[in-house]
Amino acid sequence: MTAAAAFHTAADSVAPKAPAGSGVTFDRVSVAYRGAVVLKPLTMTVAAGEILAMIGPSGSGKTTALRAVAGFVRPASGRIYIGGTDATDLPPCERGLAMVVQNYALFPHMRVSENVAFGLKARGAGRDLIARRVEESLRIVGMSQYSRRFPRELSGGQQQRVAIARALAVRPRVLLLDEPLSALDAQIRRAMVEEVARLHADLPDLTILYVTHDQSEALTLADRIAILKDGELSAIGRTGELYHRPPNRFAAEFLGRANLLPVVVEGKARDHGFVGVRIGDAKVVVSGDDHPAGSRRLMCVRPQNLTLTGDAERSNSIEAELREIHWQGELTHLVAAIGESILRVVATRLPNPPARGDRLSFFFSPSDANLIVEEAGV
Amino acid sequence: MSDAVALAPRAAKVDLAGWWIAPPLIVLALLFLYPLTLIARAALIDDSGGLNLAAAFEVLDSRAFLDALLNTAEIAVASTAGCVVLGLTLGLILAFAPFPGAGLVARIVDTFIALPTFLVTLAFTFLYGSAGILNGALTSGLGLDHPPVDFLYSAWGVVLAEVTVYTPFVLRPLLAAFSLVDRSQIEVASLLGARPLRIVRQVILPAALPAIVAGGSLCLLLTVNEFGIVLFIGAKGVITLPLLIYDKAIQESDYQAACAIAMVNVALSLGLFGLYRFAARRLGG
Repeated sequence: MTAAAAFHTAADSVAPKAPAGSGVTFDRVSVAYRGAVVLKPLTMTVAAGEILAMIGPSGSGKTTALRAVAGFVRPASGRIYIGGTDATDLPPCERGLAMVVQNYALFPHMRVSENVAFGLKARGAGRDLIARRVEESLRIVGMSQYSRRFPRELSGGQQQRVAIARALAVRPRVLLLDEPLSALDAQIRRAMVEEVARLHADLPDLTILYVTHDQSEALTLADRIAILKDGELSAIGRTGELYHRPPNRFAAEFLGRANLLPVVVEGKARDHGFVGVRIGDAKVVVSGDDHPAGSRRLMCVRPQNLTLTGDAERSNSIEAELREIHWQGELTHLVAAIGESILRVVATRLPNPPARGDRLSFFFSPSDANLIVEEAGV
Repeated sequence: MSDAVALAPRAAKVDLAGWWIAPPLIVLALLFLYPLTLIARAALIDDSGGLNLAAAFEVLDSRAFLDALLNTAEIAVASTAGCVVLGLTLGLILAFAPFPGAGLVARIVDTFIALPTFLVTLAFTFLYGSAGILNGALTSGLGLDHPPVDFLYSAWGVVLAEVTVYTPFVLRPLLAAFSLVDRSQIEVASLLGARPLRIVRQVILPAALPAIVAGGSLCLLLTVNEFGIVLFIGAKGVITLPLLIYDKAIQESDYQAACAIAMVNVALSLGLFGLYRFAARRLGG
């Protein structure tokens, strides 16, 4: 049995008063501050054991939604269910949750072990259980040798590990992560993202609601992503699906660079789930359904899915004039023009770099492009 | 050679700057140190002009002095404890459970710092004095012959007045410390299962400890030296060190005794001031 598996045996769990189960359901939850609505009625479910990332720009309502789950803000309307039971009126201390925040929020006058033991003591755990859980939690985050230190004696990354151990020690029904890596510098952040991914692989039953403004963290960690904008759910879906086939312009652009080219639908293609579209003079096939012939759409294709050489898979080709070329070591960025639209291309290997002004053919696979209704979503 | 020439005027400037320190030092010495020296001298030298330690020790060994010392300590400790408890309660409510108008309440409490101490005592005599509002209402309401509330003319009256006057001295640094407590620590603690009392005990109070010590020691310092309130209440048998010094010097014209007691008072004050500075430094750091 691995350390993590042993960690998750429920026999000695500290019983919080929160209901059993570990999914979260938002049922038309809205939040208002002094009459101003900051979260419009939100309905979505976080399944037990999944990592759901809520992303969006500042003021999108993602942190407000998380704080509503925690019980720090009271919904103006709607209900919040944790593990299938209505938790809307429960105080935070009875929800059976734990949270990790951007600034770690470790208790500065307590040693690492006392920080980790805090929640267990608050929940009335026995001394043996506390000792065992503290030891297990610190081992999982690789901080066992620092248990006697004070938070001020640790680096930012180490403090965040302790904060995660403190949250894990109470075996929360749902772990809330509020921009947990934003205060760390880029290199440590990348390492910590991988560590959180490993942690979830070791603790597959743990439900994580992860708020971030960093799309790469969300893409790396999340099973599903919910994109919020202006207090509203703009898109939600499985991470890969949302990235490759974004339902609207905002989702397409927020999850990474995207080419959004205006096209006219020609009609259904031979293969099921694909349609033919016209872009300028070129005709290409893209994935999509239910787009009537003659309708105007935006074709979304990611820069790294365009190449300068075609093959059986990359059967679509469009012609564009090269405007700029930027070599950046591992990658080369190309900027080309198709009529009034700009086409961005990222190439990993260019044996014969083209020159500005060249007319080039760019190839892509039909399954790497999808159609977006211009006004869809928000 | 040219270096030496260049350095010479600079050295002269430094000497001049050194001399500028002298006048303020002399003023300080005349204003503060000289009177203290005079008191120390008066405590040790009798009317004949000779050194007389026996007289000073006799005063310090007297029943009156020991009673006054005990009274001073009891009243100061009780008042400080009252200030800390009231200041903490008010501070916690104002900082963590704010209600509409909480800011105004904090400012009104602050204004007590600006008021003369005897004013509160005067107000108390109107409220709780033998002919005050409370006793007036009780005697006429219940048909009593004597005013039933008479705590004001006891050590309790002094303590109540001092708590009223000096609580803002605890509340102010506490509110400053509370405003620095990371709210996310409180939120994380509550999600981990901690109820409000545990959060106050284990998260908020440790963070505010230097402020409590600083405010408390300042309170102790001020209450040890409080004169106006004790004199104004005029409670029978409640003689504190400052009042005893006043009695010896003004009523009995026994300046040597007054100065000997004053030296004890000064030592006590300096000790408490040291404690206050130590705590304030920790609060600042």
